[in-house]
Amino acid sequence: MISTVEVERLEGIKLSHEEIRRYGRHLIMPEVGLDGQKKLKAASVLMIGAGGLGSPLGLYLGAAGVGRIGIVDFDVVEYSNLQRQIVHSTSDVGRSKLDSARERIQNINPHVHVETFETRLTSENAMEILKDYDVIVDGTDNFPTRYLVNDACVLLKKPNVYGSIFRFEGQASVFYAKEGPCYRCLYSEPPPPGLVPSCAEGGVLGVLPGIVGTIQAAETIKLILGAGDSLIGRLLLFDALKMQFREVKLRKNSDCTMCGEHPTIHRLIDYDAFCGVTPEASESRERSAYEISVEELKARLDQGDDLFVLDVREPQEYEIVNMNGYLIPLGELPKRVHELDSSREIIVHCQRGGRSARAVELLKQMGFRKIKNLLGGIDAWAARIDPSLPRY
Amino acid sequence: MATKVMIPTPLRAYTDKRDSVVLDGATIDDLLQQLTIRYAPLKKHLYDDNEKLRSYVNIYVNDEDIRYLQKEQTKVTDSDVVSIIPSIAGGRR
Repeated sequence: MISTVEVERLEGIKLSHEEIRRYGRHLIMPEVGLDGQKKLKAASVLMIGAGGLGSPLGLYLGAAGVGRIGIVDFDVVEYSNLQRQIVHSTSDVGRSKLDSARERIQNINPHVHVETFETRLTSENAMEILKDYDVIVDGTDNFPTRYLVNDACVLLKKPNVYGSIFRFEGQASVFYAKEGPCYRCLYSEPPPPGLVPSCAEGGVLGVLPGIVGTIQAAETIKLILGAGDSLIGRLLLFDALKMQFREVKLRKNSDCTMCGEHPTIHRLIDYDAFCGVTPEASESRERSAYEISVEELKARLDQGDDLFVLDVREPQEYEIVNMNGYLIPLGELPKRVHELDSSREIIVHCQRGGRSARAVELLKQMGFRKIKNLLGGIDAWAARIDPSLPRY
Repeated sequence: MATKVMIPTPLRAYTDKRDSVVLDGATIDDLLQQLTIRYAPLKKHLYDDNEKLRSYVNIYVNDEDIRYLQKEQTKVTDSDVVSIIPSIAGGRR
């Protein structure tokens, strides 16, 4: 495999005595050696996201001596991140993830230069941010950004080290259109919003992004060294519950709209529109008749209205905290709908309002009309109405 | 013939939480038809309104994508393992 760092760039790159001592375990391996370590020092890697996948990635790339590490993120560290986002600490809660990650990485290795971009990656800024890096690592949490990162990498002819996780299962690959398939060869289109649950809804085992992010780190370092067999053309599937790795072949799709023989996409597009994500402001008026705020619900319960509260979360979430609602998990709703009385007014809630919005849509299709989605879910209820309840 | 079909985590909500289902059939089409008859709510996650397999769900026989074999007409045997592999997006949050 050819290194992403050309030999000419190694001129003038020197390792100090301190660096030689630090990287000794790398230097004595023929696959790395002095040249390989200089390649790492000359290399630049852009991490999209400083979250679950970005955490181990940043730590290992920093420790390995990647000369320049860029990070794109715009979030603030929250308590609920700490179960898996090991680059951040309890004392960082409330701080910018970028500041927290930069400090931690530079604390591990002061020879590394960390650049930060406090922004959401968009079609407008992606080419400009990505162009100055050798390798791009995708650690995002949503489809619009995944397609954006893929397309920008194809246009800029850069490798895209991919990782994605859900509950106990992860996927990893390297998309490099110059040498193999891109993400669109694998999945030409994203699922419609709501069909695939996010980690925030579905949960994720804390060590899972640790394992998948570390695989991404290994692939990134191999691309820089030009060593070994990369995951180009292979999709690695990992199941933490079964503790099983599998892999399937990825082929370059000659009809791929991005990297095929006759590509139809030549510049970045509107990825929110492509993925069917509509800004909340543009939601229709009709929909608001099927919504209720936590304050309105409180007022109506206080005046003694007969309301049936339906909870569409999972049983384990109900166990954490509940509003004495009737529990039917969203996935079971179609076959258990007969348990509901359509003549009563039904308030549907979940944790934050996403799943319950889908439940309301589903019930509407089945002819229910006296239904309302509780905006913000039980989380908003705990935050604004009943602070005695825990939030998760 | 009985072939094992692996169900990915996001779709287990529709298969009574089972991670694999053993089904009889000579082709991928046979297997998926039976699967969606047994677990009806799964159907809209695998097929679009025109009964076409959705573009964010790939089907593999062992390690090969059926798009590069005979698509839904790809033949299967007892020793094959069929995997349904949907796109997932989690990672940062």
